Amino acid sequence: MTGFDAATAAVQAALDAGARYADARVMHRRYESMSARNGDIEELTQDESIGLGVRALVGSSWGFHAVPELSDAAARDAGRRAAAIATASARVPGPPIDLVPVEATVASWASGCKVDPLGVPLSDKGDLLVRATATMREHGADLAEGLYQIWDTAKWFVSSEGHRVDQRIRECGGGISATSIGDGETQRRSYPSYRGQYGTTGWELVTSLDLAAHAARIAEESRELLTAPECPSGETDLILGGEQLALQIHESVGHAIELDRILGWEAAFAGTSWLDLTRLGTLRYGSELMNVTIDPTIPGALGSFGFDDEGSPAVKRDAVREGRWVGVLAGRDSAAVAGLDYGGSVRADGWARLPMVRMTNVGLEPGPHTLDEIIAATDDGVLMDLNRSWSIDDKRLNFQFGCEVGWEVKKGRRGRMLRNPTYTGIGPTFWRSMDMLSSEIVPWGTPNCGKGQPGQTGHTGHPAAPARFRNVRVGVRA
Amino acid sequence: MSELDLAGHVVELVRRLAGPDAQAEVVVTRADLALTRFANSFIHQNVAESATAVRLRLHADGRTAAGSGSLVDPDGLAALVERTLAATRLAPTDPAWPGLTPSTPVPAGAPVDEATAAASPDERAARVRAFVDAVEGLEAAGYCRTAHRSAAFANSAGHSAVGRSAEAAMDGIARAGGADGVARHCADRLADLDGGALGARAAAKARAAADPVELPPGRYEVVLEPAAVADLLDNLAWYGFNGKRYAERQSFAEPGAAQFDPALTLVDDPLHASGLPYDLEGTPRRALTLVEAGTTAAVAHDRRSGAEAGTGSTGHGMPGGSTFGPLPHNVRLLPGDGPVEVAAGPLSAGVTGAVADPDTAALVAGMSRGLLVSDFWYTRVLDAKQLVVTGLTRNGVWLVEDGVPTRAVRDFRFTESYPRAMGPGRVLGLGRSPVRQPDRVDGFWWETPALRLASWNFTGGASG
Repeated sequence: MTGFDAATAAVQAALDAGARYADARVMHRRYESMSARNGDIEELTQDESIGLGVRALVGSSWGFHAVPELSDAAARDAGRRAAAIATASARVPGPPIDLVPVEATVASWASGCKVDPLGVPLSDKGDLLVRATATMREHGADLAEGLYQIWDTAKWFVSSEGHRVDQRIRECGGGISATSIGDGETQRRSYPSYRGQYGTTGWELVTSLDLAAHAARIAEESRELLTAPECPSGETDLILGGEQLALQIHESVGHAIELDRILGWEAAFAGTSWLDLTRLGTLRYGSELMNVTIDPTIPGALGSFGFDDEGSPAVKRDAVREGRWVGVLAGRDSAAVAGLDYGGSVRADGWARLPMVRMTNVGLEPGPHTLDEIIAATDDGVLMDLNRSWSIDDKRLNFQFGCEVGWEVKKGRRGRMLRNPTYTGIGPTFWRSMDMLSSEIVPWGTPNCGKGQPGQTGHTGHPAAPARFRNVRVGVRA
Repeated sequence: MSELDLAGHVVELVRRLAGPDAQAEVVVTRADLALTRFANSFIHQNVAESATAVRLRLHADGRTAAGSGSLVDPDGLAALVERTLAATRLAPTDPAWPGLTPSTPVPAGAPVDEATAAASPDERAARVRAFVDAVEGLEAAGYCRTAHRSAAFANSAGHSAVGRSAEAAMDGIARAGGADGVARHCADRLADLDGGALGARAAAKARAAADPVELPPGRYEVVLEPAAVADLLDNLAWYGFNGKRYAERQSFAEPGAAQFDPALTLVDDPLHASGLPYDLEGTPRRALTLVEAGTTAAVAHDRRSGAEAGTGSTGHGMPGGSTFGPLPHNVRLLPGDGPVEVAAGPLSAGVTGAVADPDTAALVAGMSRGLLVSDFWYTRVLDAKQLVVTGLTRNGVWLVEDGVPTRAVRDFRFTESYPRAMGPGRVLGLGRSPVRQPDRVDGFWWETPALRLASWNFTGGASG
């Protein structure tokens, strides 16, 4: 059976079993990763998985069942089971469920890809990681690591409303890191970010990173950090590099504007949100420089797609406009509960997982400055970059982030390197203190966003650029 | 075809396609996983998955690759072997290959509860119903899940093993006026999960958490409930007792050194509850004492890290382990044996107030001024070597004065070195009633009583 045939059979079986709405998604994913350590390949893994997940709405209750087979019998059984699970859900029923309307679409979509990442010889990919990690060792790293990951996903989506959408999304990326071990502490430098850079693109992304060219520098910087002075403790002006700001957006904006969190659907696990829907359109989220969009149409960014996993087309929307909160990440059912007229942000990380509200590309629009101009305009502050640790409360308000590296900024110049830089704050207070923003936007990819039970790993994108924040508490220590 | 038949078939395919010198190990797992989620006091997500996964690791001509897949028909298995073999031929050399597990007796695992293995969505929904009813009008959220795995291992060295496991877990909160109370339990039998008792406990704690005050940051004596202690065990496992990180000198662990309080004994004990009796590499699993009366005793190894350390595998091979290291993931903090009176089990109903069980009550009673902490949240490592962790409290904190919880307290952010906080002289009390806490995936769990520590470093209030 084709993916469409299996999905159609599952949907029909769910309807026959009493569902008033059903959709099904067949996914075929090939995955490859390779890691290297200290000049040797550490692990090479390839995975291929095919299966079907069907979602059924019976009355006002949902059920979902997934199977690894695409036979007509297996698909129909999955549809029936999804309806039976939905029926069991009615033992603890909730309010009536509606779905915001989406035009039934018959379409195909594929992400851009110049060089098929699975077509590049393994030996070439291995050589790249071996060379970079060996160079880091030669330049003093105690632990030199490199990694790439590739996902090649084909999906076939069918709904009882007439959707019939197939997509092919190729994603890849990678990075390197150097760790130096001192007396009772470790210091790490990475390139181009904590886990690397990722996108919905071909191997050309990894090639463009030129990992080997940065290996010696980060190894030497990781050793330099061992003897660098500690980041001072207190309130100061904080300049964040783009990679760290991408994570700041992810944690304190992206998750906060997820409608399922706002509605309390993630209360016990991922948490809720400080945002209150009654203030959508009026709440001051940040300074007027803050313009955040939800944009799954950005070519090559990791959160891009043609259609989400409910069949809604990719559409760019505002989340924050001139500092005011104006939009959320929504699905068809959560949007209906909230009285909104759009979904479009629902995805699952595999055929066996329930689609749920996920970030697409949530990022900043550019500002008017450059990083050099921001540093030049700062009399006394700290510049931090590349995330090292991240922690934020369950309402997405109080955060503390650690970065790999900091630098003093004195009288408009970047000064000494600082080790163990951290900063902490409250989301809206922090964003309201942003007074300078660079134009140097990069769509950073985050391939490890955890959410949901059973757990799902989401792929998100975050356009971000360096920015300055005033009077931020830095240097929190144990 | 049984899981063992499938595994054997793949080994035979490798022999045929790659020749007799190729080394292959195969794991086949059939899993039936189901999870019923509730929020705002209704079931909002209800999912089930039936899946089969085949994992092949192949070493040939000095090179290694791993492949996995969900296709178990003849074509799918042949494709798995062919692409893994192709990957092996193209892979760089692997001088640290540790070889295959030799033929070794594997113990029988704990008995599998067939009722849990075959649990229906109605049975999970019934427990959710009981939880929601027990919170008596508060908002409830959480999950009830069941998991059944049937698996087999075979390698080309002639070693094979089979095993099954079943597990159930429930995790829920009750919400009262912005305050949450939590109850969690992991068990071998779904029948042992009492949704009503868990709901009553969560509701009592939520009501006791209302109207919290803000306290200044600083060092406080603490009683940590099992949910919070589970986070300590989790992070100690990932960053301390992880053999790869130990070999890389990134771990605080120094076997033979008295790094913890003498009251603490930690054992990774996979056979204590339902679980597979062997690891991903076919090594039999057994209890491994990590800390013996405060002295660090061992770290966990798979074959690769065990070979590097010269100690051999301790049965901790796991998916992804060659990258992030072998982890103990069934850790028990053994309960104290002091003169603590325990009047009832830790999950009894009829709870009122912040202190939900006699075990915790006994620890709280001895505290002149400190904090009772239910749960930790979003903990992340700031320094791996010292295991300095930042995170937040969640689901209830109370000020204890003269042995009595007197006020609910707003959540704190903390920054603390976990081994230092549990170091010699720092443990002031240990409960006698351990509670098994579920992890995010079945097969991982942490069993611990409540723990009283001399000092915990709260670095700021979560409100700013």
